[in-house]
Amino acid sequence: MTINLNILSLAFILLLCFSCEDIIPEAPKESELLDGPIEGLSNAEQAQFLEGDIAFSDEVFFAGNGLGPLFVATSCGSCHAGDGKGHPFTTLTRFGQTQPDTPPDLSIGGPQLQNRAIPGHEPETIPEGVPFMKFTPPAVTGLGLLAALTDQQILDMADPADLDGDGISGVPNYVTPPDFFIPQWFHQSLNGKYIGRFGKKAAAIDLLQQTVGAYNQDIGVTSIFEPIDVSTGLTTDPEVSDQTIRDVVFYLRTLKTPIQRTPDASQVVQGKQLFSTIQCASCHIPEWTSPQSDIEALSNKTFYPYTDLLLHDMGPGLDDGATEGSAETYEWRTPPLWGLGLSPNSQGGEFFLLHDGRALSIEEAILLHGGEAQNSRDRFQELTESEKGAILKFLESL
Amino acid sequence: MNKLLLIITVFSFSLTAKAQIDSTLLKRVPVDTAAQKGMNMDAIYNRPFLQIGKLPVSVGGYVEADYQYIGEDGVTEGHTFRIPRMTLFVASSIHRRIKFLSEIEFEEGGDKVSIEFAALDFAFHPLLNLRGGIVMNPIGAFNQNHDGPKWEFVDRPIAMTEMLPATWSNVGFGFYGKHYADEWAFGYEAYLTNGFDNSIINNSENRTFLPATKQSSERFEESSNGEPLITGKVAVGNNKIGEIGLSYMGGIYNTYEEDGLVLDEKRRLDVFAIDFNSTLPLINTYIVGEWAWVKVDVPETFTQQYGDKQKGGFIDFVQPVLRGKLFGFNKATLNIAFRLEYVDWNVGIFKETGDKIGDNLWAVVPAISFRPVAQTVIRLNYRYMRQKDILGNPPASIGGIQFGVSSYF
Repeated sequence: MTINLNILSLAFILLLCFSCEDIIPEAPKESELLDGPIEGLSNAEQAQFLEGDIAFSDEVFFAGNGLGPLFVATSCGSCHAGDGKGHPFTTLTRFGQTQPDTPPDLSIGGPQLQNRAIPGHEPETIPEGVPFMKFTPPAVTGLGLLAALTDQQILDMADPADLDGDGISGVPNYVTPPDFFIPQWFHQSLNGKYIGRFGKKAAAIDLLQQTVGAYNQDIGVTSIFEPIDVSTGLTTDPEVSDQTIRDVVFYLRTLKTPIQRTPDASQVVQGKQLFSTIQCASCHIPEWTSPQSDIEALSNKTFYPYTDLLLHDMGPGLDDGATEGSAETYEWRTPPLWGLGLSPNSQGGEFFLLHDGRALSIEEAILLHGGEAQNSRDRFQELTESEKGAILKFLESL
Repeated sequence: MNKLLLIITVFSFSLTAKAQIDSTLLKRVPVDTAAQKGMNMDAIYNRPFLQIGKLPVSVGGYVEADYQYIGEDGVTEGHTFRIPRMTLFVASSIHRRIKFLSEIEFEEGGDKVSIEFAALDFAFHPLLNLRGGIVMNPIGAFNQNHDGPKWEFVDRPIAMTEMLPATWSNVGFGFYGKHYADEWAFGYEAYLTNGFDNSIINNSENRTFLPATKQSSERFEESSNGEPLITGKVAVGNNKIGEIGLSYMGGIYNTYEEDGLVLDEKRRLDVFAIDFNSTLPLINTYIVGEWAWVKVDVPETFTQQYGDKQKGGFIDFVQPVLRGKLFGFNKATLNIAFRLEYVDWNVGIFKETGDKIGDNLWAVVPAISFRPVAQTVIRLNYRYMRQKDILGNPPASIGGIQFGVSSYF
């Protein structure tokens, strides 16, 4: 049988008509993604961002390269999928400090529970009766701009004595810095302590402290900065290099900020207005402007994280009986709300909100607010269903 | 240095070879996989060889090369050309009832060289043959019947290479045999070999990953725990219907003891697989598939990142659409084909939420293949995959074209 070559040739030519771009799957909208660099990085900065991205997203620790032996997660990306909020699967448990300004009780295994162990080892347990608090991993986008703010900008938002009488105070968490902390021009000390701005209790002063602590406490990996092995309490050889840590810190500093979806939709506009009206925006401060930074792309940028980076009394319902730094057990740092609507994309399709993921929807999270946020919560409840819906739409758009 | 000597030796044999195509090959109908008459267990010998003069030694091999343009969620690494593997076979008839075959694979341009198969076979009876050396563990069918030129797809099935560890071979001994009755054939294989090690739950893949053990060449020197891996398979074939096989592989995988000191509990691994192939009458559609279940004893206090159950498989449909003289080849065949594959590396639910664990992938691969001769294939695939992370977040979309050639030589 002789086959018609013309037909075959035509079919081949038709195949060539497809451009390469048509062949590969489309990229999701930029506003649907949390990962990616901030605009304006130089080529050298992009290269370091890439190195940090690989270490953060792809590097997996296992027994052969330093995991544990006690640990919570096996990689940075395990807790922060797509740089978004984490899942209860990698929830952290902190314990050992029950009063402000007291050191964690290391003799009982604090400050963090390593609830997993490599084969042949036994994981840690919390002694009976010791209070603890659970932390669902936060999103890590936009952290560089928050890190770039001056302490004075944060202090300007504080109102410890509630002088304006709005029922909202807001205090910084003053933290004893680790040995490797090098104050920058924008840090201010108070009796040798510095303002924490990262973590659920704002217990980490900068992203280096946050990163080093996560490697050590979450993955059980030692570094030159944190050489103590969490399982033995003894020093050991560094299991992650200085350069890798520097790259990861750079990556975290230069991750882009979340992009709001449908900001002009009428319901979103209405919700944004109501958000301020019922005083949610008193703590979830919408707008900040960064000062000059050593990374030009972070300098003098106006951004919208919806946080004041301060601690607030959130009421007895959210008091877990444990704490960090100078925070009271009932005080929590105002979490940034940017990227909130994208949380299900990194939390397995669901919402796990508030510090420990107990709220399974944005509305439930609002209704669990107490303490200084009680008035705002009550005012939310008094809104019509339509108005509530507008606020929720607005929050989902962030 | 050893690798270099190996290459020189094999090529020296090749230079003295006189081209003479094996009679098995001459019987091949040019549809490749659909035309196989032997059982999967015969695949290791059902290859074209070149006789080397009057020596009782024959050589052969195959090569694969491909191009791909694949992207994930709009991001691509661009155009990539690869030579995934070149494999050389050396077979020898030592006696009419004793034969030897070896398969040496050069992967990634020679960066990795491995002996995939090197075994002596002693035929005592059709139902009782002893095989010893480096043997292919008969789990599923693809592991034994994996030669690139036999398939219409550029990539090997993901479940068989990224969940099961194809190609998976170990040092060991065992028996195999066959019995024919009219159109029917029955075959069995049973081997004891070295097996897996701790790396299946201690690896950079961040998941239970049986192929991780392949990185350890120590398994050709000693067992990781002194416990043999048991692999067994039974298969039934009918010349008009097809073949179905059931296989099992299992044993202790971890180093639970070293120098007499107990390091951990004994932890088991068990794999079950079913494979089949058939050719539909009248339309000659060839269908081949395989599905496997993996069960691994992962310590309760470890992390659910490493799953204790896995499952996955593939099914291929190959439809010859044109046969005849084409581009100067008298018995050329043009096929259209379609592969559907699925892998779940972590079957289970999260302890924390009760939600289903993700870490799975499915793929569809439509293909066109052209076989100018039976032992050579030119293939064009479009691959589309959706892969979920462990949390079950919205899946990554991966897709692109793959073009490749593969041929026995």
